[in-house]
Amino acid sequence: MAAAVGQEVVVGHEVAVGHESAAGHAAAAGHEKAEGQQHPIAIYLWIWILLFVFSTFSYLIDYFHLHGYLRWSLIITFMLLKAGFIVAIFMHMAWERLALKFAILIPPLCLLVLIGLMAIEGDYTLLTRLAWFLH
Amino acid sequence: MAENVATSAASTAPLSGLPGVVADWSGDKNAFPVPWGKAMMWIFLLSDTFIFTCFLTSYMNVRISTTVPWPNVSDVFALEIGGKRIPLILIAIMTMVLITSSGTMAMAVNMGYRRHRANTTALMLITAGFGATFVGMQAFEWTKLIVHEGVRPWANPLGAAQFGSCFFMITGFHGLHVSAGVVYLCVVAKRVWSGFYDRKGSYETVEITGLYWHFVDLVWVFIFAFFYLW
Repeated sequence: MAAAVGQEVVVGHEVAVGHESAAGHAAAAGHEKAEGQQHPIAIYLWIWILLFVFSTFSYLIDYFHLHGYLRWSLIITFMLLKAGFIVAIFMHMAWERLALKFAILIPPLCLLVLIGLMAIEGDYTLLTRLAWFLH
Repeated sequence: MAENVATSAASTAPLSGLPGVVADWSGDKNAFPVPWGKAMMWIFLLSDTFIFTCFLTSYMNVRISTTVPWPNVSDVFALEIGGKRIPLILIAIMTMVLITSSGTMAMAVNMGYRRHRANTTALMLITAGFGATFVGMQAFEWTKLIVHEGVRPWANPLGAAQFGSCFFMITGFHGLHVSAGVVYLCVVAKRVWSGFYDRKGSYETVEITGLYWHFVDLVWVFIFAFFYLW
């Protein structure tokens, strides 16, 4: 972490030399307050590898023709893990304050109601079609 | 402006009419301690979540309710490689390309906050390159389905007619998002390279661009699971 900060100072200095003095001033001013969402590179690389692994597993589920509840529980699990890691780490949601997390993550939950209603409606439509059109 | 509102609120009665709306909504309160652009991007992505969920939900609805068998997706998107027919391989490669681009984008954001101007620009352009590759593979996929398999939005020879409309609507809308993202990335990368964000003193725009790009990847995760693996 200390090494990263030192590096940053050097780069900021380069910028100041490369451009007008105003640029150097702005860079220095920006440097004084802690830059938002700076995290070790290793964590991104780990998540990246995990996403590859989960995607490969998802593909293998289809490749090996798994069926039924096993197929669906695995697909949904890998999907949610991938989505969770992308939002939490890549999109930095894990480090945001709770107010922002709630504002963004709670509204989509009402979509579950829509999905539930449409699944029921789809079943009903299918039954109606079977009853009336396929005697 | 902010001082005006603060003093008027302290000394006199609340403003009415449109100035009152502005005063109320900007009443020197900051609910989200993030840059304005970032909060707005999150709100936009939230609305986009609703749009894509509506598409996927309507797809689920028509797929449940159709009495005609759904085409075998695993076989429709198979490719012949070296004389062997590998199921769903094109989609698997597209998924890997998009995940790779998400990784390079995350690195670009990280490099931006470390103020490595050249690295940030290069990583953003690499990300845009992977995005363009993805769109190219999608164009190949569409061509194959339209020209060789005869799939149309209203009918197809493989099974349920709804397959075509769902496929073109969902992947088309996602492809448009990727294409727009490539343009967005190039525009911001050019500004990074010109030193615009060094002068501004903040690289947060790179992170905001990253939010959009990761969202495009996020949507693909759900499309991959529900459209291609179902």
